[in-house]
Amino acid sequence: MTNKKQQHFHEIRFHGRGGQGAVSAAALLALAAFEDGSESQAFPKFGSERRGAPVEAYVRISDTVIRVHNQVYKPDAIIIQDATLLHSQAVLQGLKNDGLIVLNSEKQANDFEQRSIDNFRWVCIPASRIGQKLLGRPLPNTVLLGALSACSGWVSCMALELAVANHLASKGEAIVKANIDAIREGYRLGTMVNDSEKDKVVS
Amino acid sequence: MRKLLEGSRAVAEAVRLCRPQVVAAYPITPQTHIIEHLAQHVADGELEAEFINAESEFGAASIVLGSVIGGARAFTATASQGLLLMTEVLYNIAGMRLPVVMVCANRAVGAPINIFSDHQDSMALRDAGWIQLYVESNQEAADSMILAYRIAEACELPVMVCMDGFFLTHTFEPVALPTQDAVDDYLPTYHFARTLNPTQPMTLGGGSEPDNYQEFRKAQFDAMESAQTVIEAFEAEFHEQFGRSYGGLVQGYRLEGATTVLLGMGSMMGAVRDIVDKLRDQGQAVGALRLRCFRPFPKDTLIEYLKTAQHIIVLEKAFSIGAGGIIATELRAALHLVGITTPVKSVIGGLGGRDLTPEVIETIFQESTADGCINDGFAPEHIPQDEFDSGQKRHG
Repeated sequence: MTNKKQQHFHEIRFHGRGGQGAVSAAALLALAAFEDGSESQAFPKFGSERRGAPVEAYVRISDTVIRVHNQVYKPDAIIIQDATLLHSQAVLQGLKNDGLIVLNSEKQANDFEQRSIDNFRWVCIPASRIGQKLLGRPLPNTVLLGALSACSGWVSCMALELAVANHLASKGEAIVKANIDAIREGYRLGTMVNDSEKDKVVS
Repeated sequence: MRKLLEGSRAVAEAVRLCRPQVVAAYPITPQTHIIEHLAQHVADGELEAEFINAESEFGAASIVLGSVIGGARAFTATASQGLLLMTEVLYNIAGMRLPVVMVCANRAVGAPINIFSDHQDSMALRDAGWIQLYVESNQEAADSMILAYRIAEACELPVMVCMDGFFLTHTFEPVALPTQDAVDDYLPTYHFARTLNPTQPMTLGGGSEPDNYQEFRKAQFDAMESAQTVIEAFEAEFHEQFGRSYGGLVQGYRLEGATTVLLGMGSMMGAVRDIVDKLRDQGQAVGALRLRCFRPFPKDTLIEYLKTAQHIIVLEKAFSIGAGGIIATELRAALHLVGITTPVKSVIGGLGGRDLTPEVIETIFQESTADGCINDGFAPEHIPQDEFDSGQKRHG
């Protein structure tokens, strides 16, 4: 429930497969938003998790204390870690009008059949490829979070970097640095999408 | 300083600050993370305690029973079938008047098997002689651990802190943890007066005959009744020292002039308060009352808060099959004793993890007020509303 007084209240839903780290990505986003001084909340879709099976996780970011503990039904943004989920799952269900979709894909937004049926804002990022290059494994999360930062402005890139540095500290400096690079690359690509959208408006 | 913590982690950190000397448990969803974090603390040397992985919940409860009799501060946590498997031991802990503290990560009871949250597990233990506190947030869950040991040890009564599984245990939200010094100050080292000692032999939980069993039971009842003032006093002290308060036995929200009051427990009450705000903005005289302490049942406090209401709705995540809503039944009895005949409607909902969304809560408010709160019933099912065109319900 959004309070009218709230200037800043955003709900984000993550879709991935068990093992891709949707829950960790949600926690990382909430930690970063909290670093920014926002109130935040992160939680998985309640239930058991199995490697490879579809997984959901949720984040709320707000100016004011978050009192609700309900699941998220009408997200402002959706992050899709595995584009094949678009074929089998109702991943776009409930997304608000003009909602943001950050999709891990080599394709362009126009390549998806769902592209034509709504006013959603599609941001396609080849996050697995970048993850493979920077992290040595096709992990899309930090790249996608960087892109979300650039395209939504709900969380700062610096806070994401800080959250990664704190959250992944136990995994060692090299992993922290690689993930920070991944955030920056995602942010750069997200900014390019923003710029290309601006160009379209101008022309 | 506030940190963003998973509910289970927040509870584990708070328990660590209480310095239990024995932690015994058997894993069960959605409680397991609490015990995993505590096991890690013990392994890392951050908590000087004996960690005992029991062979069952019956064993875990028996271990904390024995530990307290042996003079230790002890902790366990469980949920659902695990709590039910502890049942016999929990009655014994209460009967022996042992200050055990446990967390119930509220989960539905089978069959059918269901790992999700409702209050059926702990409500089934309502007559066991345990104080039961139901919390709304992770901050309250953490704070209630510290409060629970203080209450348990002062009253020689066990305390069960009930937190909604998943809705709280698996949710990351901002939590301020007190410093060790502050907790040590609030919760001093405890000596259990009846600690077993071979040089002064005595027994606990021995046989009792018809000529005194009833007196033991009455003493338990009296201790529970007196616990109400203890809980309020310690909560006030907690507020003074830590700056946070949860209202003691109950927590009211926008009750001034409220003709319709919705009463409930646990994590759903945040959404209830959001709906109260919305309806108040529309000019409706509604308020909310959160029952924090279900045992002892705070009759007098509830009457005080509810005596001017015209409609009372009780939203309950458990019920007595064959009788109906448990809280509503007890509330009606309490009001009846002082001659108040305000209609109390029981609405059963949120069973087996079904989400009581703001829309469902608003519907309950409207329907209950419209029917004068005379018909008990079940909460309407939530169907997520698409903001899509109706023809595009499902993408992909």
